[in-house]
Amino acid sequence: MRLLAAFFVALFASASALATDGNAGRGEEIYTRCLACHALAHNRVGPRHCGLFGRKAGSVPNYAYSSAMKKYGVTWNEETLARFIENPLRTVPGTKMGYAGVKDRQERADLIAYLKQATADPKLCE
Amino acid sequence: MTITKLDLLPARGKRRTFLSGFTLSATAIALLAGRERLGLVGAASAQTANNDVTILNSALGAEQQAIAAYQLGADSGLLQKGVKDLAVQFQGHHKAHADALAKAVTKLGGKPVAALKDYSFPKDKLKSQNDVLTFAASLEKGAVSAYLGAVPILGDRDLAKAAASILGDEAMHWAVLRQALGQNPVPDAFVS
Ligand code: HEC
Repeated sequence: MRLLAAFFVALFASASALATDGNAGRGEEIYTRCLACHALAHNRVGPRHCGLFGRKAGSVPNYAYSSAMKKYGVTWNEETLARFIENPLRTVPGTKMGYAGVKDRQERADLIAYLKQATADPKLCE
Repeated sequence: MTITKLDLLPARGKRRTFLSGFTLSATAIALLAGRERLGLVGAASAQTANNDVTILNSALGAEQQAIAAYQLGADSGLLQKGVKDLAVQFQGHHKAHADALAKAVTKLGGKPVAALKDYSFPKDKLKSQNDVLTFAASLEKGAVSAYLGAVPILGDRDLAKAAASILGDEAMHWAVLRQALGQNPVPDAFVS
């Protein structure tokens, strides 16, 4: 019984480690998939990504969000981003981000690790 | 299921553009025919068409950005003659994509998005031909990925086909730009 409990604890620990254990270097490569619509420092087709972590969904000034995104209500962090990026149109029905998503768990973790650094980097976000 | 022929682009002279003769499925046709016919295909299909409008409009936004970026490149004075000609040619392809997408959005009953007035491109960081080409290559790579992210979720198979056709064109642009930059033009067996 104790053994079983230990097993589950280990399982959960490794599952969450996977979500957070991204490689930012590989994530930068994955971020090239977003560049037709996004830039770190500027609003383009999609909103700027600088300052993403800790900001409310749909809250960048001077960007015309869909009403679905404005009403979504979450604050962006590793978990909420992973959910959105995996399947944007299912996670936020009515979003205008018309993109299938990043389906691979490790790729999402890498991408999020990169975003976490890059969106808070004063050199990239000036 | 009736399949109706729908020319999205006028045929210019003898050269028919790639989307002419491109067909829309029953779902799309029912939408074109007006709200009262929606009952025939059901609410699920209306939802599909709505989603398709969203996806096509995202792609249209990306195309408009590419058009603006090539304009910036062409006007920069940084490009050699041959390279500039190529940039203008690629820009022409993006204009054709944007036209086709806007028409498809309209046919589906949606409103095509307008281009932004200002894309705040990093002009101060574009100081050489290589800088311009690197920037253009990043947008083309992004466009390939954006279409790859559109093909599997477009509800209408003919629209998915059209998106795949555009994807192929943008992948060629990307490869040529990489070649011009002295990089491996085709770095992988798969695009992502
Ligand atoms: C085809 C264009 C397109 C692509 C490709 C795209 N996005 Fe988006 N993105 C958008 C649009 C448009 C919005 C605004 C959504 C809305 O208002 O519903 C958006 C919104 C977002 C948001 C919400 C931001 C906020 O301020 O609330 C995040 C996060 C995001 N995108 C991340 C990504 C990432 C990461 C990628 C690459 C894997 C990506 N996007 C690829 C168009 C795109």
